[in-house]
Amino acid sequence: MNAYLEPKHEMVRKLVRQFAETELTKEVIDEIEETHEYPKEIFDKMAKCGFYGMRVPQELGGQGADYRSYVIMAEELARVSVVSNIWATTPNSLAGGPILNEGTDEQKEKYLKPVMNGEMKICFALTEPEAGSDPSGMTTTAVKDGDDYILNGRKCFITMAPIADYAIVFARTNPDPKAREISAFIVDMKLEGVSTGAPEKKMGVIGCPTSDVILNNVRVSKDALLGEEGSGLRNALATLDVGRMACAAQAVGVAEAALEEAIKYSKERKQFGKPLCKHQAIAFMLADMATEVEAMRGLLYQAAWMKDKGSKEVGKFASMAKYYCAEKANEICGKAVQIHGGYGFMKDYKVERFYRDARVMTIYEGTSQVQQMVISRAILK
Amino acid sequence: MKIIVCAKQVPDTTEVKIDPVKGTLIRDGVPSILNPDDANALEAALQIKDADPDTTVTIVSMGPPQATEMIRECLAMGADNGILLSDRAFGGADTIATSSQIAAAIRKIADYDIIFAGRQAIDGDTAQVGPQIARRLGLPVVTYVQKIREFKDGKVIVERQLEDGYEVLEVQMPCLLTAVKELNTPRYMTVHGIMDAYKADIPVWNHDDLGLAPECCGLNASPTQVLRSFTPAPKGKGEMAAGSVKDMTETLVDRLNEKHLI
Ligand SMILES: Cc1cc2nc3c(=O)[nH]c(=O)nc-3n(C[C@H](O)[C@H](O)[C@H](O)COP(=O)(O)OP(=O)(O)OC[C@H]3O[C@@H](n4cnc5c(N)ncnc54)[C@H](O)[C@@H]3O)c2cc1C
Repeated sequence: MNAYLEPKHEMVRKLVRQFAETELTKEVIDEIEETHEYPKEIFDKMAKCGFYGMRVPQELGGQGADYRSYVIMAEELARVSVVSNIWATTPNSLAGGPILNEGTDEQKEKYLKPVMNGEMKICFALTEPEAGSDPSGMTTTAVKDGDDYILNGRKCFITMAPIADYAIVFARTNPDPKAREISAFIVDMKLEGVSTGAPEKKMGVIGCPTSDVILNNVRVSKDALLGEEGSGLRNALATLDVGRMACAAQAVGVAEAALEEAIKYSKERKQFGKPLCKHQAIAFMLADMATEVEAMRGLLYQAAWMKDKGSKEVGKFASMAKYYCAEKANEICGKAVQIHGGYGFMKDYKVERFYRDARVMTIYEGTSQVQQMVISRAILK
Repeated sequence: MKIIVCAKQVPDTTEVKIDPVKGTLIRDGVPSILNPDDANALEAALQIKDADPDTTVTIVSMGPPQATEMIRECLAMGADNGILLSDRAFGGADTIATSSQIAAAIRKIADYDIIFAGRQAIDGDTAQVGPQIARRLGLPVVTYVQKIREFKDGKVIVERQLEDGYEVLEVQMPCLLTAVKELNTPRYMTVHGIMDAYKADIPVWNHDDLGLAPECCGLNASPTQVLRSFTPAPKGKGEMAAGSVKDMTETLVDRLNEKHLI
């Protein structure tokens, strides 16, 4: 029971939990870890359940759900498989977000609908080798040429880039680095001059490829512009605002799962003549983990509730949730490995994967330090 | 087509534990679920609707007010509307009283081509309510439906599961069919469906709405009396025969012979 949630949110939880526990079996997850491929069948089934268009109004073909439903979906998927959650949240936030925020009706029809139905994949290309936490330092350019723009630059760490049909590329439309004029373009990945790097070899979230996107004199028409010239950074930051909440939810999910596994193992494994959980040091570690999971959940649901209620303070709370949940998920997954001892270091146990998957959560969608910047600015103004 | 699906909210018996002292079920904290066979019944109705979008699927459920949650779950899977039969007077109903109340509700709905029910509910395991409803409404009934083959000239052709095979039956509509789990795999809800389900109005009908006097409902109208419930002492582990029915029969006859029982 939670004061911020309504019965419909619990029904969403029921659906996603049922889905995750039925479809994302140990065999399926092991296969993903081994082959680095995500099963198309499961991707399609998630589309059918509506996981890709959660916050899009029903009039536009979306699910018409609120933020609380969205974070519960992310939490419940991540509880079983973090990478499945990335597949489900990317269409909602990084791919769908910018189009929902600033797209024209035609752009929504052409891109948002197929993304929600799982028929099209769009990646979000903001980060560059020299511009990570500070995207305003980007050097990718879009130079006007008649009715067209010519794009040049390199983006890195782009989720789904190797398999995407389109990329939302953020580029500088004013060459003066002081003029923070950044615009967003929807770029067809098949266009001449667009290429992707080799998929990165990652520590975790195996099964969703990440790579560079290279733009070499790519000509796009002005129809590719998303929003107005110069509105790109605003759109990117608004998108990441939402992503932040899903990222916090993902951290809650993986932490809950790590806690569950640790509790189970501590009851089974005996040392010094009694189960691990009967040793106070382990029991107290579990008590800390359980307390932190509840605190994470509370902060997350509050942030999502504030967003649903249109609170002006939500930005600060979303950052707090992302920051706290991601940091705590890492600690909790670390403790879960510790409780498993040597077995926790082996791939046969789930906590090994949880530990690797949790690691990226303090990095992407704004590092913990960036969240601290946002929070401190909000409380010190 | 107009379809009615009878569905029941039941405790998830996979999570129910038995009080070792009292021998009764511990229901506290046990989640309530849509009865599994009823989910197959609903899926069958929804598949008919997938093929013919003019179909409407109405859920009828008898239960406490919380059972509206289960009706919403059915709506989120794709049912069009739901009615809850709920009244203090309905409490303590056995299968006779339950079927009388549900049949009264279906009479009130009046317009239908097929009624689906699950084979049985996992909390009672009687498999009686479906056939009793049909009897009360004077409808043909086919139990244990494992496949719906086709609709033809106001009739439906179905396969009825037998222990060792199935029979094919043609039945005049309106009729009542009870579903077994082999009939289909129930679909997931959709998020869109959940959002709509929580906007839906789910009417609650009491004994007045059904035109039944309180004495004709619930415990008052239930000839069944539970004297005592208990957990049978566990038997020793038996031997499970495997293979085809023929193989198993041979094994069984051999064993009975060995023990000089035949
Ligand atoms: C698996 C994965 C998927 C990703 N997917 C995408 C994607 O789809 N699209 C996309 O555009 N990007 C994506 N990224 C990129 C991600 O958003 C960036 O890695 C992140 O923003 C950090 O940037 P950086 O890696 O350049 O680190 P840097 O910005 O170089 O940061 C390095 C360290 O310095 C700290 N730091 C930086 N500035 C400050 C400061 N002012 N004060 C204090 N500390 C500071 C950071 O917190 C961090 O600890 C992805 C990354 C990963 C790992």
